[in-house]
Amino acid sequence: MERIREKLSILADAAKYDVSCSSSGSKRKNTDKGIGDASNGICHTYTEDGRCVSLLKILLTNYCIYDCAFCVSRSSNDIKRAAFTVDEVVELTMNFYRRNYIEGLFLSSGIFKNADYTMERLLKIVKKLRTEERYNGYIHLKTIPGASEELINEAGLYVDRMSINLEMPTEEGLKKVAPEKSHEAVKRPLGIVQNKIQQFREERKLIKHVPRFVPAGQSTQMVIGATPENDMQIMHTASAYYKNFSLKRVYYSGYIPIRTDDVLPVVQPPLMREHRLYQTDWLLRFYGFNVHELLNEKHPDLDMQVDPKLMWALRNMHCFPVDINTADFQSLLRVPGIGRQSVQKILEARKFGRLRIDQLRKLGIAYNRAQYFIVCADTPVGLGSLQEHQVRSRILSLGKSKYAPAFSTQLSLF
Amino acid sequence: MIYLFDKSFEGLLSAVFDRFEYRHDVSRLLPADQAQQVLFEETHTVYSSSAKSERVWKGIQAKADAAWQRIIYCAFLSELTEVHHTLFMVLVRLFAGQVNLKNFGDATVLLLSQTAKKVEREKHRMKAFIRFEKSEDGMYFARIAPDFNVIPLIITFFKNRYADQPWIIYDQKRLYGVLYDTDQVHHIRKLPEDLSDHMLPDKPVQMDEDETLYATLWRDYFKSTNIEARKNPKLHRQHVPKRYWHLLTEKKIIWE
Repeated sequence: MERIREKLSILADAAKYDVSCSSSGSKRKNTDKGIGDASNGICHTYTEDGRCVSLLKILLTNYCIYDCAFCVSRSSNDIKRAAFTVDEVVELTMNFYRRNYIEGLFLSSGIFKNADYTMERLLKIVKKLRTEERYNGYIHLKTIPGASEELINEAGLYVDRMSINLEMPTEEGLKKVAPEKSHEAVKRPLGIVQNKIQQFREERKLIKHVPRFVPAGQSTQMVIGATPENDMQIMHTASAYYKNFSLKRVYYSGYIPIRTDDVLPVVQPPLMREHRLYQTDWLLRFYGFNVHELLNEKHPDLDMQVDPKLMWALRNMHCFPVDINTADFQSLLRVPGIGRQSVQKILEARKFGRLRIDQLRKLGIAYNRAQYFIVCADTPVGLGSLQEHQVRSRILSLGKSKYAPAFSTQLSLF
Repeated sequence: MIYLFDKSFEGLLSAVFDRFEYRHDVSRLLPADQAQQVLFEETHTVYSSSAKSERVWKGIQAKADAAWQRIIYCAFLSELTEVHHTLFMVLVRLFAGQVNLKNFGDATVLLLSQTAKKVEREKHRMKAFIRFEKSEDGMYFARIAPDFNVIPLIITFFKNRYADQPWIIYDQKRLYGVLYDTDQVHHIRKLPEDLSDHMLPDKPVQMDEDETLYATLWRDYFKSTNIEARKNPKLHRQHVPKRYWHLLTEKKIIWE
């Protein structure tokens, strides 16, 4: 018992810097009274840092032949090493799953011996779960860079999501911290899986019973703040990967200095920046923004004080105010303080009469922010003609951001 | 006129039936056990009947889409007197053709949809926070104490997911539960004697020999997956409110 506890703590500790946590997007159903399904995204608990725990996130082993400066498991790091057996991972997953602790398994691994040897072990685990344990829960598998196409294709038949990390937003950044890695080595497996997903989807149109291949798609991750890239470079990379490899998600992980290293700067994790990047990511995927509108040569970095949607609106005051009672879906969607669901509700509700301020508040829009960008039935005259800096200072003084201490350089006495 | 009903869904729908049957001018719908609040107004006690409620439900199906049928049921499960009253009033106006359920500008419609959302959120929390404990005979047992009566909303989910293991989900607050015997789901009103011991905290009986091992491993995992440098206790409490802690394997205090 003590040995398995030690192994779990070592290998969970090493896996936690992979931030991917989603367990949704798959359509796997429970068949023939097996165990589990993977059609819901459920966060079963949250750690004290406020991140969700939906998957049992572990490494098969933290022995690794590579020496990437940003990684805890790098070969030169003097830490305890451990490795699970195939059966141990299967037992853990099944017993956690049956008690409703987790939504599924997130399996990654350090690279021992070579890529194929590692990938074979990972494949053995997912195959055993699906065929012997009749497990239909979620499985997220890390693709091992350099693994053979056959192994990747076979694994794709058992898992729900595959991912492979870009690690650093640009090739130059990556070369600096991990000379043995390259973005090219990431693109190859991403491309293999993408083609296969496409191929299975085509076949499904003709033949009904085609097995599912990586039904929840692929994702990737970038470390933020370890290398000097600006927000524009990061988001342009993300946007390109979304487009070229039909990724479901790009994750941004604020760099946490693990041990002092002369290549890397020592800083606190850039949580605010990470947050703003995720907000931008959402604007790209769900709000119809183009990455060039938000980040370009003129504005290479995101505004830390205000969210990117407000930032864009302040720069484009000529697009506002928008009339709540007549504007179309797309322009409502671009108003700061109004989200997708509120837009839907506004469109429904305004069929029954012109909307007033109190109704908008009740619908759940952030009126304090939105008021400078909209007109509704009873908007007082004169609010619409404010200048950019006036709006900005009013919003900042009205709202009390929970991140405010992060902006201020003033030390607090109390 | 004040209507008194038995707090069941059938009762609420029967109240709507009675309202049209007797053409009363109803000012309020109250649970029968709150009848003492009524001083001067006349009261009418609604007798729940499946014949009446089924007819009303059919009418609702004709007038409201599937999403709204669910909102109506979820709002009922909130068990809040105020919401039950509003639900009754909205249903009466729905049959009188005086309300449009799509009009979120209408405060009563908005209250129902917002309450339903709260109930759905609680349902989702239960899907996440239920923790089964395996007993010696292979039964997976979970205790819950949700804010709203959400068991009816989660049965299918757990039945589909844990199809090959027997389980019990028991609501400590409302003193009822469901049992799945790997074939069918049964309602249980009161626990059998030997299982009721489970309800006493800190006195687990006849657990599976591996139960402690996996509970310990889960608590270990919960700790080691936390990143100390990002600590954010406020966010943690927002996501996992304290009122659920006593039933969460990873959060409850273990008396050694």
